[in-house]
Amino acid sequence: MAEPVLLLEGVFKSYGNGVVTEVLKGVDLRVERGEFAALIGPSGSGKSTLLNILGLLDRPTRGRLTIAGEDTTHLDDAGLTRLRGRTIGFVFQFHHLLPGLSAEENVMMPMIAATGRTSKEMVPRARRLLERVGLGEKAGSRPNALSGGQQQRVAIARALALDPPLVLADEPTGNLDTKTADQIFEVMREFNRELGVAFLIVTHDPRLATRCDRTIDLVDGRIVSDQRRAGT
Amino acid sequence: MPISWFLALRFFREGRLQSVLIVVGVSVGVAVMVFLSALIDGLQTSLVAQTLGTQAHVVVRPPDEVARPMLASSEAVAIAARVERTAQRSRSIVGWQQVVEGLSAIASVTAVSPTVTGPAVAIRGNATRAVVLYGVDPERFAGIYPIRQRMVAGRFEPTGTGCVIGRELALDLGVGEGDRLRLGSVEGASEVYTVAGVFDLGNREVNRRWVVITMRGAQTLLDLVGGVSSVDLRVRDIYSADAVATDITARTGLIADSWMKTNAQLLVALRSQSSSSQMIQFFVILAVAMGIASVLVVSVVQKGKEIGILRAMGVGRSSVLWVFLIQGAMVGLIGSVIGTAFGTGLGVLFAGMVRNADGSPTFPVTVSLALVARSAAIAFFTGVFAAALPARSAARLDPAVAIRNG
Ligand SMILES: Nc1ncnc2c1ncn2[C@@H]1O[C@H](COP(=O)(O)OP(=O)(O)OP(=O)(O)O)[C@@H](O)[C@H]1O
Ligand SMILES: [Mg+2]
Repeated sequence: MAEPVLLLEGVFKSYGNGVVTEVLKGVDLRVERGEFAALIGPSGSGKSTLLNILGLLDRPTRGRLTIAGEDTTHLDDAGLTRLRGRTIGFVFQFHHLLPGLSAEENVMMPMIAATGRTSKEMVPRARRLLERVGLGEKAGSRPNALSGGQQQRVAIARALALDPPLVLADEPTGNLDTKTADQIFEVMREFNRELGVAFLIVTHDPRLATRCDRTIDLVDGRIVSDQRRAGT
Repeated sequence: MPISWFLALRFFREGRLQSVLIVVGVSVGVAVMVFLSALIDGLQTSLVAQTLGTQAHVVVRPPDEVARPMLASSEAVAIAARVERTAQRSRSIVGWQQVVEGLSAIASVTAVSPTVTGPAVAIRGNATRAVVLYGVDPERFAGIYPIRQRMVAGRFEPTGTGCVIGRELALDLGVGEGDRLRLGSVEGASEVYTVAGVFDLGNREVNRRWVVITMRGAQTLLDLVGGVSSVDLRVRDIYSADAVATDITARTGLIADSWMKTNAQLLVALRSQSSSSQMIQFFVILAVAMGIASVLVVSVVQKGKEIGILRAMGVGRSSVLWVFLIQGAMVGLIGSVIGTAFGTGLGVLFAGMVRNADGSPTFPVTVSLALVARSAAIAFFTGVFAAALPARSAARLDPAVAIRNG
């Protein structure tokens, strides 16, 4: 089997130093390149916590995380930042675009972060990505001039700016209506099919979860079921 | 454009009202600083200039012959003083030509004027006035005092029988250019002189007392043939006068008094004025720093989520740090540009508004390039310094926490 894009071995995570809450209680997970997986589970089960750890925004209390073949255990903050920028795209529930930047500049942000400076060559790529999500016209618009669905499309374009092997999405359709949610889901699905980008999507929507190739169920900090759908 | 600059500019533009308010705040602070400094500098410069308009920077005299410390009783002092006075009147600086040469050779000395000076009376008809004779070399004398520029009638050309007097004396005696008057000394000598010119050195007492004639004339009248009673000096940096005087005394054994010694009280006043102005400026800077810091602290809190997102996008800690440092520096710089312009304008306006009777500004305002540069530098560093704390807290934000709480 080829090298997985993400490998999680025996990960624990607890918060607090007085009264310790153990949120993740030994999670093992392997995500292959090009997978399209849903992460489901009841509220408070630790899905966001897990995603933050996978996205190198947070460190596990115990256990090992390997991203794109690189062991992250001994990386310092700068190393984590670099690896994160290069290999992981994020889509959050509340889009989290930067309000002071235009749609295009938001999409360029990961590229700017990776090179440390702005550059004209980034513009065409940002434009192409915006066109791919159907927002070619809105390149110059500020986020607050866009609808919720449009904002989420910009966020997806941004997540793909550096062509990462993995995109982590935390309830990307959480505050959208069903129709818009379907469209956003489809945009991600297309990127997955055409570019082979792996997606790990946290969702509360069982309808969307069943349309993924794989469903991982997290309950009380443990993976209780992990099913691949046949025929995909 | 480097990422930190890009983000700093965007944040600055995005927080429009906040940015405008803090820039206005900094501008006002800088304006106060510039205006206050300019006003006090101007005031002090003009005060000192006024003082030095009728005083040499350093006056070199022959040494006292009487050892005063030996006299104890007040009576003895009175006697000694009298004895001393008569003795000194006729005393000349020994070998004054060499002394003048030696003094001219000192690098910090820019003008040297040997002077024959002593009390006399000026008589015209029934009017008699006590005056002080100044026997001088006109060229050298004009190098010490701005007298050529201050002539109100005639020219500054003391000749064998031509004298130059002050405006008040001319009024007192009722004489003008071309009129004659008699100058007589305590020694009994007297001579008729023609008024060659009338000056106004801006000091009543000087205008009433000084009578400038040639050295030779004064030497004859004061019975000091071939001698001079003092040498007046001008130095490059007026505040080095004390040091120059000390140096001269050490080298020649002559008495050298600087204007700083003669005007010690003025200097104390100027110094305390400067230090109170510096204190005000310090508090202004402090207030400006607090203003910048508090705005940036709020901005860091407001932007917590955005900072978290940026970090998630792969933006490093140091870039985040720089975003806020740059914002502080920008606020400082823009504020200092507007502030210096505003402060300068205020100064010029103020100087133009209140004028003396003769048309010169009551509050002379001097805005120097150094002052502007200094204020700009202070504002810039205050901005960076004030931004340091918020910038550090921004850089230390935990992205996961920032995003969750956003
Ligand atoms: N920084 C933290 N400090 C303390 N406890 C935390 C922290 N972050 C998360 N938790 C706790 O960890 C548990 C899991 O939280 P998490 O956000 O991962 O749940 P979730 O599965 O994403 O829930 P939801 O579906 O509602 O988003 C919760 O009980 C939460 O209170
Ligand atoms: Mg969650």
